Amino acid sequence: MFISSQSSAPSFRDFTLVMPAVAVGNVGQLAVDLIVSTLNMSRVGHIHTDCLIPMAGNDPYASSKEDGEELHTPAEVYAAAELKLAVLQIRAPILQSKTKRFRQLLVSWIKSSGFSRTVVLSSSHAYQRDDQQLQGTPLRYLVTPSLLKGSADALKEMGWREMERVPAFPGLTDGNTEPRLCIPGGGITKGLYTDSCKEDLPLAVLLVFCSEGDNIPDAFALANHLNDWLHLLDDNVSDTTAQH
Amino acid sequence: MATFFGEVLSVYSRAVEEDDDELDENEEDEQIRRELEEKREVHLHWSPEVSESLKSGNKLQCSNFVLAVGQNASSFLSVHILSTANWDTIGRASAWNERSRAVTGQSCEESACVFYRHKDNPTVLICQVSCYVAEDQLFQWTEKVFDCLQHRELNVTVLSDTSVADYKTADYLGGSSAPFLRSLHTSAFGDQPVCQSLEQPNIVTGLPAAVLNHCQVHRISAVVYQCYSDVIGPDSVTMETYKPVLTKLGRSIQLDLSPSTDALRKFVRTTDLQSNLYI
Repeated sequence: MFISSQSSAPSFRDFTLVMPAVAVGNVGQLAVDLIVSTLNMSRVGHIHTDCLIPMAGNDPYASSKEDGEELHTPAEVYAAAELKLAVLQIRAPILQSKTKRFRQLLVSWIKSSGFSRTVVLSSSHAYQRDDQQLQGTPLRYLVTPSLLKGSADALKEMGWREMERVPAFPGLTDGNTEPRLCIPGGGITKGLYTDSCKEDLPLAVLLVFCSEGDNIPDAFALANHLNDWLHLLDDNVSDTTAQH
Repeated sequence: MATFFGEVLSVYSRAVEEDDDELDENEEDEQIRRELEEKREVHLHWSPEVSESLKSGNKLQCSNFVLAVGQNASSFLSVHILSTANWDTIGRASAWNERSRAVTGQSCEESACVFYRHKDNPTVLICQVSCYVAEDQLFQWTEKVFDCLQHRELNVTVLSDTSVADYKTADYLGGSSAPFLRSLHTSAFGDQPVCQSLEQPNIVTGLPAAVLNHCQVHRISAVVYQCYSDVIGPDSVTMETYKPVLTKLGRSIQLDLSPSTDALRKFVRTTDLQSNLYI
């Protein structure tokens, strides 16, 4: 559950929440790290739950040795009030037996906090793309009907590609099989999306097709893609190490 | 993953599986899952006096809680602190999981996780954990134990063994550096740690991490001293690495600063022969 690290509980009403899904290449989490460090966000609380594998470490965003000794836990919330932005970072895998409960926890926290919209940064196995998906941009999006009402124009203007529905059994010409949503390697992404549709939450998923490896360029691509929509920064973040 | 020598290692892959709990669980599956969950529950067994006290709503008064996780940490406490024979055994914890195995002639649970209280200063508690607590049991273990302790002015110290193979550094370590200590503490910890802080990108996992998480979130002063060693089993050199921690603990507890070699030898026995190829 959310526990504030300050003397009083922060208000998230009408904030935008950005959170990662623990997915292939950890791209969502890397992108969230980029956002927190670039915008110099401060930590406002922890999500303390038995659904995540415990871990602890020193401050990963510390710029100098002096402030490098702040303890960090598996799920923490950062906020930038001037941007009305809150960010949840998840640093540990979700226990296999607790994925459903973790999704429920997130959905109820999002509802009770009053976030105006939630964006889930995620990824999916690049090797499972079909012929259509191999062409063009590897970035995809999904929105719940609730969010579509307000953002349909913005999404159309940016020309983003919606995540395709794929047949359950490719190759079988049985007319009964409806194409369905499939996000292999995406962790709780699909579950969280369908739960949010059911609960009428304004939620969007931004994902990138990738493979395990050096996923830093994927993180930059995803973060910049998000910035094109939310305009958190004036200029997109540049990845100087990717120029090889 | 099976290796060529026939041992089975559990490997962790970063690639994440999509959860497929869209499949309906039938009643039998659900019952099996429930029973398994119940079997994996962490149980605390306190002495009658402590149980009575807890039942009447009084938590254990505690100013210092020292937790040792791992064989070397546990043996260090046994040799330097518990050997002074001023300690009462007040309870134990049991947590059944896939790595629990019944050792013939000795119930695994008896020696695996024990709580001691100082006779003269009953606010000092020690716990030795030498069994494996599974990932899904860590949070529960921590919550259940800390639920029994009163949190005001509580100081927690954790000694934890880990392998130097898990230590990540850009510089070459060299053979002579292990074993060494690194520390990690909560924001509420006001004292000075006795060693260097754990550098990025290293992290603490397992029971020490679960305890740190709980203490950080509940604003309890806690410090973990992680000992990186290149020896797998109990080893006197590794145990001695924890010595600087005694200066902090010695303020509230009577210690044995120079134990006899016999005492040490008792704890450093040859490791079980799990593999005939490597001594």
